[in-house]
Amino acid sequence: MRSKFLKLSGVLVASVLAVSAVSAQETNEVEQLRKELREMRERMQSLEQKLGSIEQRPAAVAIMPPAANLEPAPVAASSWRPTDPVRAKRGGAYMDIAFDGLFAVGGSTAKDIEGGTQLGGHDPNQRGFTVQNTELTFSGAVDAYFRGQANVILQIDSEGESLLELEEVFAETTSLPGNLQIKAGQFFSDVGRLNTQHPHAWAFVDQPLVNGRFLGGDGLRNPGVRLSWLVPTPFYSELFFGVQNSQGETASSFRSAGGGHGGEEPEGLPFGYRHPDNDRGVRHVTDLLFTPRYAMSFDLTDSQTLLVGASGAFGPNANGSAGDTMTQIYGVDLYWKWKPTDAHGGFPFVSFQTEAMLRHYELGSFDWDEDGDLALSPGEVENLATGDPAVLAAETVTDYGLYAQLLYGFRKGWVAGLRCDFVGGEQGDYEKLDLALEGDALGRDPLRDQRWRISPNLTWYPTEFSKVRLQYNYDDRRGIGEDHSVWLQFEFLLGAHAAHKF
Amino acid sequence: MITRTKLDAANRAARSSKSQAPTSREIPSLKLQRRGGAQRGLWRFVFGASLVLGAWCLVLSSAHARLNVVATTPDIAAIAKEIGGDKIELTTMARPKEDPHFVDAKPSFILKLNKADVLIHGGAELEVGWLPKLIEQARNAKIVGAAKGEVRCCEGVKMLEVPEKLDRSGGDIHAAGNPHFLVDPENAKIVAHHITDAFVSLDAANREFYEANSKHFMAALDAKLAEWQAKLAPFKGQHIVAYHNSWLYFAERFGLKIEIFLEPKPGIPPSPSHLAVVMAKMKEQNARVVIVDPYLNRKTAETVARGTGAKVVNVTQFPGGVKGTEGGYIALMDYLVNSLATALGEKK
Repeated sequence: MRSKFLKLSGVLVASVLAVSAVSAQETNEVEQLRKELREMRERMQSLEQKLGSIEQRPAAVAIMPPAANLEPAPVAASSWRPTDPVRAKRGGAYMDIAFDGLFAVGGSTAKDIEGGTQLGGHDPNQRGFTVQNTELTFSGAVDAYFRGQANVILQIDSEGESLLELEEVFAETTSLPGNLQIKAGQFFSDVGRLNTQHPHAWAFVDQPLVNGRFLGGDGLRNPGVRLSWLVPTPFYSELFFGVQNSQGETASSFRSAGGGHGGEEPEGLPFGYRHPDNDRGVRHVTDLLFTPRYAMSFDLTDSQTLLVGASGAFGPNANGSAGDTMTQIYGVDLYWKWKPTDAHGGFPFVSFQTEAMLRHYELGSFDWDEDGDLALSPGEVENLATGDPAVLAAETVTDYGLYAQLLYGFRKGWVAGLRCDFVGGEQGDYEKLDLALEGDALGRDPLRDQRWRISPNLTWYPTEFSKVRLQYNYDDRRGIGEDHSVWLQFEFLLGAHAAHKF
Repeated sequence: MITRTKLDAANRAARSSKSQAPTSREIPSLKLQRRGGAQRGLWRFVFGASLVLGAWCLVLSSAHARLNVVATTPDIAAIAKEIGGDKIELTTMARPKEDPHFVDAKPSFILKLNKADVLIHGGAELEVGWLPKLIEQARNAKIVGAAKGEVRCCEGVKMLEVPEKLDRSGGDIHAAGNPHFLVDPENAKIVAHHITDAFVSLDAANREFYEANSKHFMAALDAKLAEWQAKLAPFKGQHIVAYHNSWLYFAERFGLKIEIFLEPKPGIPPSPSHLAVVMAKMKEQNARVVIVDPYLNRKTAETVARGTGAKVVNVTQFPGGVKGTEGGYIALMDYLVNSLATALGEKK
């Protein structure tokens, strides 16, 4: 019992001793920590002092007296202090504003210039003078997260009517993680290279034919959102994915109402000889327009750069009355530029650009007996085999086209260019029928039939802010014939000239 | 410093013991009841291997932690090289002979800017025609909007020829003033300070290295500046003819007059009538030297020189732009001062 008590008390004493020893050790540690804290504080103070002296150093440089044997040169004036504002003026505005005026004058042997020989909405549209494009551009940083841009276009059409277009209005993120970037608003779809460029940046007076036919006179652009990803490859490569509305006048090949510039129905027969009368709205996500693109670039040498891309555009079209017709566009593009490393003002240079596109277009079934009287009425297409209004079956038609352009900047401010255009399509079943409108036999669809164009031109840029361009177009449309056009273009730019993309 | 390391070591030890303890308990209890010794060994191996791999990745990433620096023009790059030495990964956008106003916005630059820790640019609109679009596409917050990694060289430089009125009828204008300020060694010192500050704040571990390099560069510049000024002193007030108005700061520093230009207005190509006026002025002012940058038209300069008995001297603002300037900023200034002193000193 006693020994037990002794043992117990021994254990107790031992444990008390141990605890006190531990606490003593703790007090020591606390002391130690305090001491360390003090030391750190002192260290920080001395660092702060050092930092202060470092911050004043640039001033010391600026007031350094210039070397002995010269009188004080104004460059070394001692006035700058770190607190002084930066002297770079930015005009006091929160955005850059620019105005661009683009005009053309000329003539053509063709009688159907607007929408006929010239497919672009900003092409010269009549003999005599054309106001091609007057564009107001606003751009700048929105805040720390977004950049904004707006391109508002004023135009006078061939009838003398003033038009207002909201060409592009979008915001773009500047610092999203994961090398991502989001663009949202109204913008040009990333299909090929030329579609995203504004008329001011084009190397020719007019738009290539393949762009006019497949992407529309005003370019494929609509409200939507685009995600792009800078792919972590050793060379530049970027993946784009756009989702946009597929309706509206700027969605040619998709649910565009008419296809003509400014929303008016084009003259003559509609695409595929059937009205786009099935604008079914957006019932499902597949009723939107999807535009994926992948672009890559390589610096072949110090003076040669190559940019290649592949794009697609997928969405519904409003053709016929079935309500389930879709369009697919596939495109590849290539841009190559040579500019010696000792070029003066960007000259000389040689560049080659080409885009090729393929379109599968589903035509809906369509009954030309639009008034339902079972007999041929004025304005209805007749099937000559039966004498009744034509009934067109659903089918998919395939069209293709390309352009290639070569530019040679042979001396400062002077560029000679040559562009070749080709568009064509496989004959559709409806084109093989014996059709007629108001007694005139219809053959190949003029909106799909084959045509060529060759356009040499010469441009003089007095500065980056103005240009004068002379262009000749040789047109050869199958079934219509040859045409010759000459256009003289003039452009001026006020305000900020935004840097160009490659 | 010692205390900080001690604490860090203690923390690390605590963290690693915490993270290791549960794993070593979990693995046998969860998985190994149903599996034999071979699996146990395998799991240990996997665990160990992933630890080693992780540590290796850490080592690799810290070894690769050299600052990624992009400089727009070779003169800026040369100063960055003086200060950063082998502690930085340096990319120069414009080539030495390239016209810095008209560099193509190549997509490969987007990639370079995307990976950059530091972007050093003039900041005075010299690069306005190509840099902004690249920065927009680079999606790198580290180098925009007054971030630590954006170095605007012009800050603190006394800009000359800042226009009172912005009017393009006078030719190309730079709202921030004449952007060719780096040919004055005093401005090079200011730029060196900006670059040192940026490197030190982004890579504090190498602070002493950067500061020592900076000090060394400044001292070398000071010594050289006296030498350069002495060499050009005999020609004080003499006229030199240039193609483009990009030598103002050089002229001011060394007491020369570079006020006659082959271009009638900045960016406007020379016309015969303007060249006639230039030649008359040259004779009147007894100007005997015409300087030409590698990207400008030497033929025009030669025509004018022939007509006036002057000498054409190849100059450059960028190290590597003319043979003999490859060595860096000081080699460039040496070349400029020596070749001009020689040309100006030739018998009339």
